[in-house]
Amino acid sequence: MRFFVSVFLMAFLSFASCLFFPWWSIAVVCFVVSFLIPNQYGKAFLIGFVALFLLWFGLSFWLSFKNNHILAQRISVLILNMNSPFLLVLLTAFIGAVVGGFSSLSGSLLRGKPKN
Amino acid sequence: MRFVFFFITAIVSAAFCYLLDTKVLLKIPLGKLLSPQEGIWQNAEPVDQQYSADLHFGNLTGKTEVYFDARLVPHVFAENENDAYFVQGFLHAKFRLWQMELQTLAAAGRLSEVLGEVAINHDREFRRLGMNYAAENALQEMEKDEQTKSACDAYTAGVNAYMTKLTNSTLSVEYKLLGIKPERWTNFKSALFLKYMSYNLSGFENDFEMTNAKSYFNKNDFDKLFPVHQDSVDPVIPKGTAVIEPKVHPVTPAFADSLYFNFIKDSAINVVESEKPNPNNGSNNWAVSGMKTKSGAPILCNDPHLGLNLPSIWFEMQISVPEFNAYGVSFPGTPGIIIGFNDHCAFGFTNSERDVRDYYEIKFKDNSKREYWFDSSWKKTTLRIERIKIAGKSDLLDTVAYTVFGPVMYDHSFNSKKGLNKNYAVSWTAYEKSNEFKTFYLLDRARNYDDYLEAVNYLNTPGQNCVFACKTGDIAIRAAGDFPAKWNGQGDFIMPGTDSGYMWQGMIPKEETPFQYNPERGFVSSANQLPVDTPYPYYLGRNYPLYRARYLNSQLTAMQNITPQNMMALQTNNHDLYAEMAVPVLLKNIQTEKLNSQEKKYFDKLKYWNFDNDAKSVGAIVFDLTWHNLYDTVYNDNYTHAPKNSAMPSESSFLESLLKDSAYKFVDMVSTPWVETLQEMSTSALKKAVTAMEQLESDGNLEWSKYKDTHIDYLLKFPSFSRFHLPIGGGENSINATTSNHGPSWRMIVSLTEKTEAYGIYPGGQSGNPGSKFYDDAIDNWVSGNYYELWLMKKEEEKDKRIKWKMSFSKS
Repeated sequence: MRFFVSVFLMAFLSFASCLFFPWWSIAVVCFVVSFLIPNQYGKAFLIGFVALFLLWFGLSFWLSFKNNHILAQRISVLILNMNSPFLLVLLTAFIGAVVGGFSSLSGSLLRGKPKN
Repeated sequence: MRFVFFFITAIVSAAFCYLLDTKVLLKIPLGKLLSPQEGIWQNAEPVDQQYSADLHFGNLTGKTEVYFDARLVPHVFAENENDAYFVQGFLHAKFRLWQMELQTLAAAGRLSEVLGEVAINHDREFRRLGMNYAAENALQEMEKDEQTKSACDAYTAGVNAYMTKLTNSTLSVEYKLLGIKPERWTNFKSALFLKYMSYNLSGFENDFEMTNAKSYFNKNDFDKLFPVHQDSVDPVIPKGTAVIEPKVHPVTPAFADSLYFNFIKDSAINVVESEKPNPNNGSNNWAVSGMKTKSGAPILCNDPHLGLNLPSIWFEMQISVPEFNAYGVSFPGTPGIIIGFNDHCAFGFTNSERDVRDYYEIKFKDNSKREYWFDSSWKKTTLRIERIKIAGKSDLLDTVAYTVFGPVMYDHSFNSKKGLNKNYAVSWTAYEKSNEFKTFYLLDRARNYDDYLEAVNYLNTPGQNCVFACKTGDIAIRAAGDFPAKWNGQGDFIMPGTDSGYMWQGMIPKEETPFQYNPERGFVSSANQLPVDTPYPYYLGRNYPLYRARYLNSQLTAMQNITPQNMMALQTNNHDLYAEMAVPVLLKNIQTEKLNSQEKKYFDKLKYWNFDNDAKSVGAIVFDLTWHNLYDTVYNDNYTHAPKNSAMPSESSFLESLLKDSAYKFVDMVSTPWVETLQEMSTSALKKAVTAMEQLESDGNLEWSKYKDTHIDYLLKFPSFSRFHLPIGGGENSINATTSNHGPSWRMIVSLTEKTEAYGIYPGGQSGNPGSKFYDDAIDNWVSGNYYELWLMKKEEEKDKRIKWKMSFSKS
């Protein structure tokens, strides 16, 4: 339960903070949430990773879907050298996930393991 | 221990953020770029995007409504003209800001600031050509005139008003990819854009190439290779029109024969010009009077041929204010409608192709470039220091000396061969003080022939054949512009810069401009050919294309009861008169008995070709390959020892020489002791072409459109933002002058019936955003030769079903 609450909180607060702050504010959010809600270190990493993966995957896929993937086709050829909007969405999600995972982990490390 | 891990992961997280936010690790800031709420995903415009909005700005004085139709063409209805120009600036910026930025950076020689070292040569060349100097002069003149000043001020304020609304996430894709921010717009940038058009349309003289050729060939050969006039020419103003009595009498300098028209060996110029505008930058325009049309009203047509790019150079719109109501295409970067029509008349342009840029050899006292020899004494130059900023590098300083002629573009520090120490100054009409904004300002408001005359008199550079038609029934064409009154041969070659006698001795007075007004033949037309026949008292230079015009005139002469649909067929006509004249030369000379069955097959394709460059034509390929092979074998051996960068004969000189002279001297190879004949040369040209065609056939590319391969490049050349392999016919000498990357950038037909009936299309789309469905949505229709109906909307029609979105602008 705590896992899902953390994932939801991280994703939601990351979304909210990016309405006002630069994209890297997701790192601050994940760090703070993990600091406040104690979890095992491995789990903390996973929470950040999953939260941002889901958020960025969902957002980019939705935007691209409404766009008929016009832009994603052009950009994926430009930076991935292949015409694959889906891969670009995956790459997006992965970047968010890695940043989310590591910052969540460091928040957790600062807080320390939960007792029991 | 925990804290050690904490520090490591904290540093890793921070490093990720930093590296993905900057270009330190990757060429692009990948994290910022792909973050869904800030990066490129924000530019993925929903295909059902709503453009309606309610906007307020302090600069506005009244209410302005903008109605967008289904093609995203804005119909702007403002209470006064300054509000209209403000809104036009806002809309240009909203849909085309990056393009405006890039084009003006290119014009100013500032590309290195965003693209880095790759652009240094471009930047130096444009600075040395004096593009900023030219734009400064234009700006002064534009700001002296109250009307153009307030129009430009309002336009600039509109562009900047859009910019202040931009956030990191609403920036266009390009700014995100390059990691830069837009720069404030200024009137100076609008002036720079017009000078960029001047560069494109009045910058392809061949002075260096011709001088090199002159230094190599003797006079007799030279005159054969580069005849001044062609027999087939059909000038804009028809032959036999009365000769004017000139007011300016240009005098050939004394000793020009020995100092200028000499054919001295080894005086070759070692300058290599790094960039040249496309010599095909031309156009067609014509207007037919009511006596030739079905409706009885004049019809005006125009298709400017320019480099084909995405986003397109044009943005289509309507501007309606109490003073005028104009529709057409505008240049993102300048106020007003450039080619279009209003409630009373229609107007369009083709390029004059006249030589308004000449070079002078300058003798400096020393490398400091502070003094130069002129009229028997040392004169002082003005030094202009150009500071070129380069992304990621320190600035480059470049010193350009200005002489009485203009800037010294080439000197020991730039593009001249090392140790040669030759210097060349440029004289260009684009440096003159002129206010081209006023031309369009007045044309948009023109109600009759006199208004049109006043408007085109403001046009200096680039000189244009301005076509006009009016609901009163008038049609007219005028070769307007600022043209030096030249003596015979002036400016064909580099001129001595030590003698004022070689300077331009004056401009051709505006009242001596060649023109036609309601001619008896019932039409006026131009397709970049020679403006007027030889009895014109001023030298007009060479290198005018002529076949497109001649074919166009033959069609217009024959046509009667014309409808706009007939005009669409004419504008998209693929017939090639050049080929029609050249193919008989090949058919007569190819020795069919020496051909094998495969070669015979292709020979027949040529023989039965209808001279139309249609998309699927095979004959057009056979002709193109064979003819170019023949051209190469005829001339190449004569150029083996010629200086690099020597002028080659024009295609028309080649054809007309072969038609006139069956024993054309250059057909014989210099390197062989025996005499080659045109028969042998033509036969081997075909045989060589067959090898290439067999390859095309096995690749499945034996169709004219696949061979020609028309593409429309994105301005930064990213392939996935461009369009390739367009199945379109046409060619250099067809009215549909579509070549590989060049062609009709806007096709317009306006029938001036009581309720104007107009059609148009350009190969692009209204939005410059590669993530919009309006980015390239007109291309397929353009390829197919289709047109959109142009709707000169009336304010009462605001409830019309064609309106999809509405933007309201008012005072805040």
